Amino acid sequence: MAKELWKGNEVIAEAAIRAGCDCYFGYPITPQSEVPEYMSVHMPKHGRIFVQAESEVAAINMVYGAAACGLRAMTTSSSPGISLMQEGISYIAGSRLPAVIVNCMRGGPGLGTIQPSQADYYQSTRGGGHGDYRTIVLAPSNIQELADFVQEAFDIADYYRNPVMIAVDGMIGQILEPIEWRPVKRRELPPKDWATTGKRGRKTPNLVTSLFMDPEDCDRMNQLMGENLKRIEENETRYEAIGCDDAEIILVAYGTPARIIISVLDELRTQGIKAGLFRPISLWPFPEKPLHDYVAKDNVKLVLDVEMSLGQMIDDVRLAIKGKKPVHFYGRAGGIVPTVEEIIEAAKKALKEAK
Amino acid sequence: MMIKLISAGFGGQGALAIGKNLVEAGMREGLEVTWTPSYGPEMRGGTANCSVVLSEKRIGSPVFSSPTDLIALNLPSLNKFAGKVKPGGNIFINSSTVSEKVERSDVNVYYVPCGEIADKVGNPKAVNMVMLGAYIGVSEAVKVETVETIIREMFAGAKEKYIPANIAAFQSGIDFVKQYE
Amino acid sequence: MAYIYKRSEGLRDIPMHYCPGCHHGIVHKLVAEVLEEMDLLDEVIGVCPVGCAVFAGDYFNCDFQEAAHGRAPAVATGIKRTHPNQPVFTYQGDGDLASIGAGEIVHAAMRGEKFTTVFINNGIYGMTGGQMAPTTLIGMKASTCQDGRSAEQAGMPMRMSEMLATLDGCVYAERVCVIDIPNLNKAKRAIKKAFEYQMAGKGFTFIEVLSTCPTNWGMTPLKANQFLKEKMAAYYQLGVVKDTAQEVK
Repeated sequence: MAKELWKGNEVIAEAAIRAGCDCYFGYPITPQSEVPEYMSVHMPKHGRIFVQAESEVAAINMVYGAAACGLRAMTTSSSPGISLMQEGISYIAGSRLPAVIVNCMRGGPGLGTIQPSQADYYQSTRGGGHGDYRTIVLAPSNIQELADFVQEAFDIADYYRNPVMIAVDGMIGQILEPIEWRPVKRRELPPKDWATTGKRGRKTPNLVTSLFMDPEDCDRMNQLMGENLKRIEENETRYEAIGCDDAEIILVAYGTPARIIISVLDELRTQGIKAGLFRPISLWPFPEKPLHDYVAKDNVKLVLDVEMSLGQMIDDVRLAIKGKKPVHFYGRAGGIVPTVEEIIEAAKKALKEAK
Repeated sequence: MMIKLISAGFGGQGALAIGKNLVEAGMREGLEVTWTPSYGPEMRGGTANCSVVLSEKRIGSPVFSSPTDLIALNLPSLNKFAGKVKPGGNIFINSSTVSEKVERSDVNVYYVPCGEIADKVGNPKAVNMVMLGAYIGVSEAVKVETVETIIREMFAGAKEKYIPANIAAFQSGIDFVKQYE
Repeated sequence: MAYIYKRSEGLRDIPMHYCPGCHHGIVHKLVAEVLEEMDLLDEVIGVCPVGCAVFAGDYFNCDFQEAAHGRAPAVATGIKRTHPNQPVFTYQGDGDLASIGAGEIVHAAMRGEKFTTVFINNGIYGMTGGQMAPTTLIGMKASTCQDGRSAEQAGMPMRMSEMLATLDGCVYAERVCVIDIPNLNKAKRAIKKAFEYQMAGKGFTFIEVLSTCPTNWGMTPLKANQFLKEKMAAYYQLGVVKDTAQEVK
């Protein structure tokens, strides 16, 4: 298949359309406004639904309404907007509904900056809203992965009846790169017999709700959800490891910093330093065991966690490593993308300290 | 080959388009490419720039602190990036709007009067096409024919009448930098 | 055997939790009867609020979704846009609709979303125990305005029907009550008209039902009805607030 040049944000929209997204509800926010713009033009062409909501709060609830009818529903936003959506995401998870949410992260807290960031890691991987749920979080690091993951996300959400979040920093939304529209893994999906479609001859009406007045019922729902989350942890963990087999230092990063580190590895290796990259692709479930196994090997002296935040994923890195090796950190916050040179320096400094 | 180019100018001068044409051509020639725009308030009338990487192998970082090449279509862009270009790198200046000279002696500087050249071929809007020609004339990053094909496709259909003037502007840029050889 | 009276097919055989004298049960019945008479029970999708009617989805014999507090109009938008030929309605109280969900209802009306909203206005938060609502009358006591609502502190009560009627997308708004049989019949006709307009694709339709909350008002059901008639209806005038459905092609 021929390669085509695509911009990240437009890939998000087009990939959703190709995955059979029935309806898109969104609200403008930089740096992802190209997504609703693209959707407003192209969804109607495919006979699908586009609505510009009055707020992110409304957008996620429109997603809820459509998803509860059994449709493939999606919204996209950036950090402050995703904060507003947390209520709705909690209800979606609590009602066991599939939905796809894309967060083009920008610097926070508050209004922050429109420049790229990864400061929503906690919010994305810990549920984000109230209650005991998790969203499945995929973090593509280039535009091809973005195209693949957005398409896959709809199947994953339907398969597990759980919201899926695609978490990218704002820069990935802006980049133009060659991609192929290649077929993605398709799953055999369970029927949506829970959907509110109108009773249509059914004996009992379907009720989509996250309300359980009896705590026993609520516990039962949570246990079921917990079992589902366990299944997800067992089956949906993704990562990439580059040069980790002989590495003395393993850098851990996702998204844009991870691809910057690919340049860092080349440079470090020409300088005689054996460096590897461990890149979590699924942020939740976190690839705990593979990271542990790489780091536990004798050749590894230490780990350097690199993020576009003050250090959030580092908690998961430490939990995975179980104190076996020292974990160092390098991060830039507030919309700054760390440079190759900065990371090289941080790696060398960490190695020096280890000696 | 590993080209790291920053192309910068006022919004509307076509700095971003130069970068897009380059990555489109690079992709067609089988190179790995990325194009990353600066975004934000710059998009609304200020200075706009993009970072372009053309490489024979997998591209790591799509952004970089020191470019191998710089295209500066206006003075603020030159001031912002000229000091960051790698020694031995290339700076292309639109001398129709920038009268300042580059003080550094460790880089190759090309002063291209894009405005005058574009006027001469009867296509005053094609400042970016002239600069694209000048850049490719020097860097040989991609083949001339590939870019010409892209220009033809870009103006296919109703805009077909603009093809000759744009190719002429592009070719004039290539011709202009021959004097530097 | 001839039936003189029976429960509507639109309601399930589940005892309701509403307090004695509350109007929710009556309004549920009216909506259910309208849906049954219009033969819509197999097609309709309802959205219930947070508030006393949070369990409405258990009582109605049709598909239902439970929305987050105030978000029912957004949820209904998601349903109706993807199911343009099926009847959709929200059932919301005044805290849900006029306070936390004011934005959602206004914008659904602005867009002319083709669903029906049944709005229960009893001037108080029932479920949480009698706090002041945006619709609480001046001087009316609530647990967060124990000396009675003052305009200085809390502003003047909100007239939702009149407010939404200013929006072109809202083609029909009527305020009704169910304190006696003539009013109850009027209310049912209004609900029916709203669903008929909806099915004809006219636009957003809004039925405001003035209701009582004897428990939190601290009144007997009869006293509460009296209060509604004398005080509430004086501020919130009963009748058709807007009906431009005929003008819509």
